[in-house]
Amino acid sequence: MNEPASIERLPIRTHNDIVTARHAAREHSARLGFGRAYQTRLATAVSELTRNVIQYVGEGSCLIEDQVDAQGCSIRVTVEDHGPGIPDLALAMADGFSTSGGLGAGLPGTRRLVDQFQISSEPGLTRIVISIHKAP
Amino acid sequence: MKIPILRLGRLLLVSIQEDLTDNEAMQFQSDLVNKVAEIEALGVAVDITALDVVDSYMARVINDTASMVRLLGAEVVICGVQPFVAMTLIEMGRDLIGADCTFNLDQGLEQLKTRIASRGDIRFAGDEDE
Ligand SMILES: Nc1ncnc2c1ncn2[C@@H]1O[C@H](COP(=O)(O)OP(=O)(O)OP(=O)(O)O)[C@@H](O)[C@H]1O
Ligand SMILES: [Mg+2]
Repeated sequence: MNEPASIERLPIRTHNDIVTARHAAREHSARLGFGRAYQTRLATAVSELTRNVIQYVGEGSCLIEDQVDAQGCSIRVTVEDHGPGIPDLALAMADGFSTSGGLGAGLPGTRRLVDQFQISSEPGLTRIVISIHKAP
Repeated sequence: MKIPILRLGRLLLVSIQEDLTDNEAMQFQSDLVNKVAEIEALGVAVDITALDVVDSYMARVINDTASMVRLLGAEVVICGVQPFVAMTLIEMGRDLIGADCTFNLDQGLEQLKTRIASRGDIRFAGDEDE
């Protein structure tokens, strides 16, 4: 196997890309020594966010960045799209809110799965940044 | 990818062996529901031991499939939810999976037979050589 890449940018355009992105998230977290619980949380979170891109926008990107330093290691994932944006973020973050007949669990569930969660959205740019951390 | 549906008498066994795309998950749902109707299955066991990610979409597909199968008149059980999948599902939100679950396929089959027997169905559930 090659030297592990610490930054990986994945285009999100098809349903297959959702699978690719969640596998990549799991691989990054396994490689950095996160336990299986964390691997599963991150993979699931990435699956939720990239699916939202496909479902509500059609196209976007997923950037996975590893960071290793004296404070330990972390993985940051940025999922971005240039779609219409989310008009009411508070509503979108509420459990059970869905405009598509879904469970409305994607965004609020993702927030609970990761250590850090940031969301910003305006017409033309929705960006969600999540990360998980591990002490050295 | 096509998920094989195994028939055991009037029971159906499905083992999801790899991570499914959304489209494959929908295909699985309709294949299974059609098969249940076709053979008038009494029970269905769905083994998801191999799934290491069940997100809210997959959870919904599993729940909806279970509800559809029950609507047709069959019993259904989900087998082999991985511990980390269970933890993640509960952290994401309660009740994402509402169907009955067992540790593994063996226990799933036992449970199906018990349930089929207890609902007074005299049609034989498996192992038969009719
Ligand atoms: N990238 C996005 N662009 C535009 N709107 C979005 C985006 N992501 C989420 N939304 C909006 O936020 C709502 C809530 O999203 P969330 O992922 O929590 O639930 P859902 O996708 O509706 O259902 P689930 O994820 O449980 O299947 C969505 O219904 C949609 O209206
Ligand atoms: Mg969603």
